[in-house]
Amino acid sequence: MTRYLPWIGGAALVALPFVYRSPYPLHILIIILIWSFAYTSWSVMGRFGLVSLGHGGFMGIGAYVTALAWNHGHVSPWIGIPLALLAGAGLAALVAYPCFRFRITGHYFALVTLALSGIVLQVITATRDHTGGSLGYTPERYRGGNSLWALQFSDKTTWYLIALAVWAVGLYVWHRVDRSMLRYALEAISEDEDAAAATGVHVTAEKLKITVLSAAMTALAGALYCQYQMFISPDTVSGISVSLQMVFAVVVGGIYVSLGPTIGAVITILMAEVLRISFGTRAVGWDNLVYGVLLVLFIVFLPKGILGSLLDLRRRATWISS
Amino acid sequence: MLAVHGLTKRFGGFTAVDHVSFAVEKGEILGLIGPNGSGKSTIFNMLSGALVPNGGSIRFEEREIAGQAPHRIVNLGVGRTFQIPRPFRRLSILENVVLSGFYGQGRRSRAKAFEAAERALGLVGLPTDRAATVDGLGAAALKKLELAKALATAPKLLLADESLSGLDEHEMDQAADLLRRICKELGITIIWVEHIMGVLMRVVDRVMVLDHGEKIAEGLPAQVASDPRVIEVYLGTQAAAVSAVAAART
Repeated sequence: MTRYLPWIGGAALVALPFVYRSPYPLHILIIILIWSFAYTSWSVMGRFGLVSLGHGGFMGIGAYVTALAWNHGHVSPWIGIPLALLAGAGLAALVAYPCFRFRITGHYFALVTLALSGIVLQVITATRDHTGGSLGYTPERYRGGNSLWALQFSDKTTWYLIALAVWAVGLYVWHRVDRSMLRYALEAISEDEDAAAATGVHVTAEKLKITVLSAAMTALAGALYCQYQMFISPDTVSGISVSLQMVFAVVVGGIYVSLGPTIGAVITILMAEVLRISFGTRAVGWDNLVYGVLLVLFIVFLPKGILGSLLDLRRRATWISS
Repeated sequence: MLAVHGLTKRFGGFTAVDHVSFAVEKGEILGLIGPNGSGKSTIFNMLSGALVPNGGSIRFEEREIAGQAPHRIVNLGVGRTFQIPRPFRRLSILENVVLSGFYGQGRRSRAKAFEAAERALGLVGLPTDRAATVDGLGAAALKKLELAKALATAPKLLLADESLSGLDEHEMDQAADLLRRICKELGITIIWVEHIMGVLMRVVDRVMVLDHGEKIAEGLPAQVASDPRVIEVYLGTQAAAVSAVAAART
């Protein structure tokens, strides 16, 4: 039964928009799927103790490169998105290589990546003549916003299916990494880099691989967000707050399980929506306050996150009953 | 197989290893002894690439390896164990060794890595089932795991760092026999660093003695044990301790 569960769940998710067409819940679902993919991308490296606070930067690059290529160069997102992924991956390699080569790990690595987040945000804001600065940026509409060439769709069902597919690919990548030798190497590296090197692992290269993969995936999330929302601003797709939001959601959901980041996205986005609807403008910024408090509580009391802890409970229960 | 010339390592003003030269022949076990701080571990760390020497050369199979990265040296065929076992606790016992079997042998294939791991675990006498975790292992078993990790990289030269500290006498004898078997049956050359003299002298083919970063003696175990300089710097205290233990047992 449990073997078929992912397929049954997947089929239900695919069928959902054909049965239930209410636009607002569908919009929330699309947003949840896109962010789930972004959080999964972060956790692909985060689970190995490579805590990056720079992923807001990669997400911003994904969104802005795609949109700028479209508006300024009339480059279709079909080419713009691969370019954005390359840009994100290249930036990740540029920042991470010296860190890994010179053993900047743990808190220090987090600080370097935090600076990266800030720098990307500043660059987007400062080049306002091209990017619109903090006012935000809109990709030009093409043929009334309905074109495969421009990757613009007015229909929410199409977007839902695209987001669902990308999210599924994210989970697939997570599982591929989980079953690979790379996982063994990265678990070893996260515990003891010298001992890992003594088993023949090229520590710098293996860390670089996962970082570049994670950054490219995150850039894809940014590009997708841009194409769906048709409006991006430095604060919503880039910068430190986006980076922190990723860490928070993954910690809440569960960093060591594949669906943890998704659970984290569901919880954080629903919480933000509830706060927004019930308090309106009186509660601007409250979600960040609640995030902060919850983050501390989770790290102290539930370090494996909600899903991780539930799975542990179930495992213990079956162990006791057997 | 291994030729070391004028190897030197300084930490600031302190010279930990001072122009040490020695050679290791294929198929032998060379014992490396000396009091604490005599430079044994520093030599090991330079041979395995963990430290970059300040001078001298290390030629392994006619190839200069001094200053090369640790992972490259492993892949050339020099495996090492650590003085204090450094298992990866997030991996199972089998996964610990599979990691070595995969990355230590040029990342050839998963299947070969699993084969190498199962063989190495079987040789040292640890369980090969996938679920066995590192957490339940005691000091002796952790040392065996350390050895299995090194063996899974298919080394031609094994650097065994103080494999026996912390074991009881029965475990010590077992471990010494295991090293002897690894050398004679698998044809793996071994350099063995050890504090505990008795067992080492029984197993090794040749001994080299270090004191304050310099080589003070080298030769057959019997010759070295009767060398007055060696007795002065090292054996004096140990010999007294050994005979005291022997007296207590009778």
